[in-house]
Amino acid sequence: MELSEHLFRRESGRLVAALVRIFGVHNLALAEDVVQDAFCRALEVWKVRGLPDNPAAWLMSVAKHRALDIVRREQTARTFAAELSRTLQSEWTLVPAIEEAFAWSTIRDEQLRMMFSCCDPRLSEEVQVALVLNILCGFGAAEIASAFLTSRAAMEKRIARGKKSLASSARLFDLADAEFGPRLSAVRRALYLLFNEGYHGASAEDAVRVELCREAMRQTMLLLESPLTASPETLALAALMHLHAAKLPARVDAEGDLSPLLEQDRSRWDQQLVQQGLTLLDRSAAGPAVSPFHVEAAIAAVHATAAGVEETDWGTIVDLYDRLMGLARSPIVALNRAIALGQRDGPEQGLVALSAIADAERLRSYPFYHAAFGEFEWRCQHHRAAHGYFSAALRLARNTAERRFLERRVRQCDDRETQPVVVAYSPDSEKSSGAQRGRK
Amino acid sequence: MSQFLYLYRMTETARQEAMGSPERAQQNMQRWMAWMSDLDKKGHLKDRGQPLERTGKVIRGQQKTVTDGPFTEAKDLVGGFTLVEARDIDQAVELSRGCPVLDGGGSVEVRPIMKMDM
Repeated sequence: MELSEHLFRRESGRLVAALVRIFGVHNLALAEDVVQDAFCRALEVWKVRGLPDNPAAWLMSVAKHRALDIVRREQTARTFAAELSRTLQSEWTLVPAIEEAFAWSTIRDEQLRMMFSCCDPRLSEEVQVALVLNILCGFGAAEIASAFLTSRAAMEKRIARGKKSLASSARLFDLADAEFGPRLSAVRRALYLLFNEGYHGASAEDAVRVELCREAMRQTMLLLESPLTASPETLALAALMHLHAAKLPARVDAEGDLSPLLEQDRSRWDQQLVQQGLTLLDRSAAGPAVSPFHVEAAIAAVHATAAGVEETDWGTIVDLYDRLMGLARSPIVALNRAIALGQRDGPEQGLVALSAIADAERLRSYPFYHAAFGEFEWRCQHHRAAHGYFSAALRLARNTAERRFLERRVRQCDDRETQPVVVAYSPDSEKSSGAQRGRK
Repeated sequence: MSQFLYLYRMTETARQEAMGSPERAQQNMQRWMAWMSDLDKKGHLKDRGQPLERTGKVIRGQQKTVTDGPFTEAKDLVGGFTLVEARDIDQAVELSRGCPVLDGGGSVEVRPIMKMDM
């Protein structure tokens, strides 16, 4: 029998949630110790006796017994969850209370409360995301550090800071709290950041990044399990993630190189995720409010349903970006809008739109800002200018994949510059060049 | 065929590192299970042995003084044992090279079981 992939990591978040229900969030470290202990036991026992029939249930049962043992033994020395203090003191109610904490629906609710607690606005967003990854998704500090290209020590510090703040609160966030609405927005924002980190982030390893996307989706789907948190905006976020995730299999081409949207082999897009995304997007249209997630999901839906770059409805995409600018103006949105506009109206207009981005300062260190100029200059046949932009982008590349991709672009410009001036470049080949270029 | 005892030893920090995150713990376990089943398939596994708790007592000397574990003063803790069958000590050593305890900087002590058939 094979152990399912990431079982420990996935069970970790669930077990910690159940144990925190019993011990209280001030004993978060104790809960984590118990989970760690369960994994150690699993290692020792399973390697000798083989896998149990239901590994997840086995782990849960070890954690449950250990919790019972700790509560009995340390009843006087420690205070446990305030919400259960009476229940835990009596042997009559202790065992049922612990059983109840490990029930499927309790674990789900406790995971949600934990998620809401991690996304405390008093913590910076980077700490929030790190906490979600560590406590709910079960990633270790070293793993998170490698995904975010920071040092392990820095990440350990960041997580410790967040946990200290968590553990100092009397209890986990109550979903009936008056702050529920704004906190739900913070949760969605953190999950959105987490997904984006996986999708566009700096980590070199594709496997790491795909895992971040998957985790963001898993946590978002958890929000959809409870009617309290499954609002239209959450549905739109889930739709957005599904529609983007559908493209992940095509993001790296056959040679292992980064493949931008316009050049992707669309037959490799995951049609099941596209369908799920479209269904979620339909469901998200339930209320009157249109959030940035709705608009972003709508843009992703136009891409996901287009047969190719040529067939893409760039007009609608530009309109949607205009709408997004009205809802959530940012330099990145403006950049994407300018790129879409260039697709609709031609590369010259694309360059005009790129140059008109307000607040472009904030894009200076983003390689694909310079690369966008490079692409449009190239299509205007200004190969020398394109060369300059791609070289600038290359200097800012954050990992090997980006570097290789941009090096290829620079090389193409080099080839053009050294070639004789007469280059057959009909408008027709210009139009399809987006899909051809970059393939040898 | 002769029998050999494998004694697995590891420092506490190495053990914690190997179990450092759920993902690492799972990988570590999968390596152990793969190694054990490989020994088994090749017919070398005599007894899978037993895992040992990390706690216990030590009774020492004529005074029979009893001290508590965990044995923090010991550099390497014995974490478990396995009984294998091999042609000779060289083969037993060779077989132990795949043991995952080594990846974490731990050790396998290979001890021939004394033959009593004389």
